[in-house]
Amino acid sequence: MMFVPGNNPGMMADAHIYGPDSIMLDLEDSVTMAEKDTARLLVYNALKSIDYGDTEMVVRINPLNTPYGKKDIEAVVKAGVHVIRMPKTETAEEVVEVEREIERVEKEIGCLGRTKIMAAIESTLGVVNAYAIATASKRMMGIALGAEDYSANLKTQRTPGGEELRLARETIVVAARAAGIDALDTVYSNLNDMETFRKEVEFIKTLGFDGKSIINPRQIEVVNEVFAPSEKAIEKARTIIAAIKEAEKKGSGVIAVNGKMVDRPVVIRAQRTIDLALASGIITEEDLK
Amino acid sequence: MNLTNSQAGTLESGDIVVRLAPGNGKGLEINLDSTVAFQFGRQIEQVIRETLTGLGIDDAVVDATDKGALDCTIRARTTAAAVRATGKDVWQD
Repeated sequence: MMFVPGNNPGMMADAHIYGPDSIMLDLEDSVTMAEKDTARLLVYNALKSIDYGDTEMVVRINPLNTPYGKKDIEAVVKAGVHVIRMPKTETAEEVVEVEREIERVEKEIGCLGRTKIMAAIESTLGVVNAYAIATASKRMMGIALGAEDYSANLKTQRTPGGEELRLARETIVVAARAAGIDALDTVYSNLNDMETFRKEVEFIKTLGFDGKSIINPRQIEVVNEVFAPSEKAIEKARTIIAAIKEAEKKGSGVIAVNGKMVDRPVVIRAQRTIDLALASGIITEEDLK
Repeated sequence: MNLTNSQAGTLESGDIVVRLAPGNGKGLEINLDSTVAFQFGRQIEQVIRETLTGLGIDDAVVDATDKGALDCTIRARTTAAAVRATGKDVWQD
């Protein structure tokens, strides 16, 4: 998910060319108070007019307890945004409030249920309530960590190794998995240190995150490289899926592949490998036929 | 419609600055300075004109400085300048 300031039309026009899975147009922290109105209009018109292709379009709105939040929701829902990202989410009630506003606008324009929600968790209270937030709405498609505000709230500071984020990261992944939605990691803002960035992406992938938030197109390649499965892993996954399909035809749920028992968890992991390979463009649906 | 002087946009590449001022009773007067005026000047003026007319503004002086903005950006900046000039928000309940 690539962050793009909502008041920069040049970046908004070009962002999808670099091929991120999703683009988050920001109306919150990257836009000054004086320009909230103009950024909202820019984002609205961009979503209505620019062909972003298959890219998932997300807009980070301002909180509902500001003068901007409701107007942001009205504008981006009317423009057909895929996902509204809530900033600084701390309770399930906040999600319900946003959902209510989305529904009001969707009913007005006749597209009830179109807009998904994702919540950024950026405080200790948000981490404590992560599962409640993740399950607060049927529209919820993911939760994400916002590390800068979280670290400040924790009364600590960011470190290269990210020790201060350990509990938050693990809690968010577990909450997302338990709720059946995606988990997205925070941004890494030092563009001159790609080595540490790669290590961080490898680490959060190991924790179970589905993806990484990024702030520059230069970071896309690293994320794709880390998250894309190897050819060997894809081949193994295809063998397992093919074997289990064959076994299901015969009415059996457990099989052996190359002498190793294959049961449900192994099949789930194999399917995830195939899904990642498809998402990374390494294989196509045609290859699976 | 009563207008006050207003402005929206930046001089960044891909953007446009739109300045609105009360008209002289002669309709919409659009003065455009654009890096792509030769190719797209007429189209840019048309987008500004259509946007303002759609918002009920048909008498105003518009000074626009364009840096290669897309039509959607021109519409957004013109609308923002109009909202600021009239005090009427397009997202009002």
